[in-house]
Amino acid sequence: MRPFESKTRHNEVKEKLIKILLFCAAAVSVLTTFGVLFSILFEAIEFFQMRSFWYFITGTEWSPGVEDSKFGALPIFAGTFMITFIALAVALPIGLGSAIFMSEYASFSLRDKLKPLLEILAGIPTVVYGFFAAITVAPAIVNFFEIFGIHASFNSALASGVVMGIMIIPIISSLSDDVIRAVPDSQRKASLALGMTKSETIKAIVLPSALPGIISATLLGVSKALGETMIVVMAAGMRPNLSWNMLEDMTTVTVRIIDALVGDHEFDSPDTLSAFALGLALFMVTFLLNIVSVALIRKFKEKYKVNTL
Amino acid sequence: MNKKTSLIEKSEKSIKENAKVKIRDLNLYYSDNHALHDINMDLYVNKITALIGPSGCGKSTFLRCLNRMNDLIRNVRIEGEVFIDEKNIYDKDVDEVAVRKRVGMVFQQPNPFPKSIYENVAYAPLKHGIVRKGHECDVLVEKSLVQAGLWNEVKDKLKEPGTSLSGGQQQRLCIARTIAVEPDVILMDEPTSALDPISTEKIEALMLELKEKYSIIIVTHNMQQAGRVADYTAFFHLGDLIEYDETETIFINPAKKKTEDYITGRYG
Amino acid sequence: MNKLKNTSDNPFYDPGLRKRHAQAKRFKLFSIASIVFAIAFLVFFLGDMIVKGLPAFQQTYMLVEVTYNEKSINSTRKAIDKKYRRIVSRAWLRDIPAMVENQPELMGTTQMTWVLVNHQIDQYMKGHYYKIKDKILSTVKDKQAKGEIELHFNRNFFTHGDSKIPENSGIKSAIIGSVLTLIVTMLIAFPLGVMTAVYLEEFAEDNRWSQIIEININNLAAIPSILFGLLGLAVFINLFGMPRSSPMVGGLTLALMTLPIIIVSARAALRSVPDSIRQAGYGLGLTKIQVVQDHVLPLAFPGIMTGSIIGLSQAMGETAPLIIIGMIAFIPDSPGSIFQAATVMPAQIFTWAGMPERAYVERTAAGIMVLLSILISLNALAIYLRKKFEVNW
Repeated sequence: MRPFESKTRHNEVKEKLIKILLFCAAAVSVLTTFGVLFSILFEAIEFFQMRSFWYFITGTEWSPGVEDSKFGALPIFAGTFMITFIALAVALPIGLGSAIFMSEYASFSLRDKLKPLLEILAGIPTVVYGFFAAITVAPAIVNFFEIFGIHASFNSALASGVVMGIMIIPIISSLSDDVIRAVPDSQRKASLALGMTKSETIKAIVLPSALPGIISATLLGVSKALGETMIVVMAAGMRPNLSWNMLEDMTTVTVRIIDALVGDHEFDSPDTLSAFALGLALFMVTFLLNIVSVALIRKFKEKYKVNTL
Repeated sequence: MNKKTSLIEKSEKSIKENAKVKIRDLNLYYSDNHALHDINMDLYVNKITALIGPSGCGKSTFLRCLNRMNDLIRNVRIEGEVFIDEKNIYDKDVDEVAVRKRVGMVFQQPNPFPKSIYENVAYAPLKHGIVRKGHECDVLVEKSLVQAGLWNEVKDKLKEPGTSLSGGQQQRLCIARTIAVEPDVILMDEPTSALDPISTEKIEALMLELKEKYSIIIVTHNMQQAGRVADYTAFFHLGDLIEYDETETIFINPAKKKTEDYITGRYG
Repeated sequence: MNKLKNTSDNPFYDPGLRKRHAQAKRFKLFSIASIVFAIAFLVFFLGDMIVKGLPAFQQTYMLVEVTYNEKSINSTRKAIDKKYRRIVSRAWLRDIPAMVENQPELMGTTQMTWVLVNHQIDQYMKGHYYKIKDKILSTVKDKQAKGEIELHFNRNFFTHGDSKIPENSGIKSAIIGSVLTLIVTMLIAFPLGVMTAVYLEEFAEDNRWSQIIEININNLAAIPSILFGLLGLAVFINLFGMPRSSPMVGGLTLALMTLPIIIVSARAALRSVPDSIRQAGYGLGLTKIQVVQDHVLPLAFPGIMTGSIIGLSQAMGETAPLIIIGMIAFIPDSPGSIFQAATVMPAQIFTWAGMPERAYVERTAAGIMVLLSILISLNALAIYLRKKFEVNW
């Protein structure tokens, strides 16, 4: 019997090289995340050397372009949260309600048809949503409130908030649908066998069990809304406005980032660099939301030993 | 011929012993699959009736007919009548939710809710309006847990999640929450097949206590269990009710050959 | 169905149930209403886009006498009668010298030609209100009566790039810009993504490094797209000095954004290849690389393709990061290479949406229709591929 051939050096080297090459490819994604963080951080730090950090997060006046420019981002943060809040108010009930219908009430064939339809909502480019918000929704809102004699801005927070909410519906409905279906059927059977109605079972047994997943979906939706740019650039306002009135125009972090970078300022001016300060704030918040969201899903997976998520 | 005489015998019996549940000409179809054929039997009050038979013979399906849980499955068609206290539960004017309040069910795999032990028991009675929140409810919870033989083990940790108990304890918790709703009939679908022998023993002892107050119908794979706890035993085979009699008769002197073959282990 | 009436001997009558059943019904209704609303929006929205965008595929042309001679080449207004000068598009007139150069036989002739009409009259013809001088209006009505002014298919929309003159603007340069940018995107993201997936699924040990990489991919997917624009601006343009507004920079930026999608779907595809295939390969004495290259990858290929197509369609619709790296400058000519300034379809839509002239509204909607059609086709292709190559192990 012939002895076994030993691995040729050629083969060994080749294998090792390829493994290194693949590792490098994988490392690119790590580099990118850090790249995003550091490039933003670097420029943001430059900004904070020119303007006060404390005023940035607490100040209420945002006036670039002048000699004594002030960069208090509070009204911008407020506008962002207001619009995000409106978006959530639209997306959460509709997304959750749709998820409940698809997972608890609809037949298999109906569900198979409905799920892709909702996915279409997710596939529409945001610039398209923005156009729709500016051209159709905003004027409709103005006209509607006119009937009651209330004045609404053509750049109302309500217009962009509502359209943004519609954009987020699939995020919430898709993930909620998955977690609701992951709740074991034995739980439902036990509840129904005790003489509970279907809605009582859903409200008292299914939804509480699915709650971590639903919260996770909501956080993902919030994260998407905070970082959304085109809808607000096209339909929301430009001026920082600290107000509770959602019919007024207000601006968001992403709008100001675009505005700061599309102008004709020098790259190293506080006007331009303010974009990076805002970008840093956005990065931190969405990063945090993502971490919490992933942790919640992991907890849910462990509890019900699901792999389909 | 046989059918007629046994029916006469049975109606004589049901005059003697109180028939809590009467099944008449029950047929069940899963789409085109005729799963239960012409089932006729009486289940007696405050007795334990065991349903035995090889896998897939329809005993669990039959059990689910008694609390209308089969209504939840698509493409199921049920013909015939199931009388509980002389009322056909499949009548148009009967609410299946109300039926399930009177006919409770315990499942093969213990399935306590991911809530506290207290809430597991209190959930349904509160929703049904049997008790009000507070002292009334506490009393009911305690009573149910006592009846289920679980009170001493959990009385100090009612706030702990139901899922923190052992398998046998979880099943007793499921029994407690079932009786908290104050049913008349308790259905048990292989209640001990997922449990260890010691828990099984405890639950079998529990069943014997419970039959004083409730009528119990249990599906079991384990013939010895039927022999230990059941007053009456019904033998199912491929959707037919082959033989139904007092347990002793079934095991010692079965009338049908099929029954005898199953009892003696000719097939499993 | 009188479940809730108290018939005399119905032991299953329970008065409390009525309220509970009503609640159950309301709850179900709410869930139905939710999904109906979502679908209704979709239908309404698509309908709105089509209604707004369809007119753009037609453009008004007018039949007039055009004189081609020395005078009219130098001062193109003079090529047509005075009363039509405020109706005809100056873009069309602008092209006269080039027209004569291409067809010298036109020189010295006078022809009846269908001439492009300016956007104000065009909008009027399409039924929108426009303030037009009475004299001009009567000329138009005259022409209408004679059937010499009508809507033709708007070829310009597909053959011209952007223009400050609405009737002359089209989506061609944006389409070419998109194509170039997306080629760069896929050339970078596809190999990197697949290699990363192969590494994680086939080669990586379960150690710290792989966990870090996995966490990072997840984080990468969650970063808002606008921040990738900041990265592109700070690193590719400022640090590396690449040309602004170029498909090169746009493609690089989009590639980084598309990586996570490709990685995730490639991993899923690789994971779905049963281990028995690999074991069989090893059993035959093949090296790991041979097994992966020759056996696993081909089987995972359909899933990888599907994922890439989905990634591609997402990249196609991205606007914000490309705005930041400058791809919304006014770009009338199609880019010749990936290093020249360009724009992409969604950015063109954005630009048009911001233009004041009313004629741009229908163009924006038409551009949206074109973009959505491409996206729908891509996704349909992905679904078709997935179904066709679906192997049931």
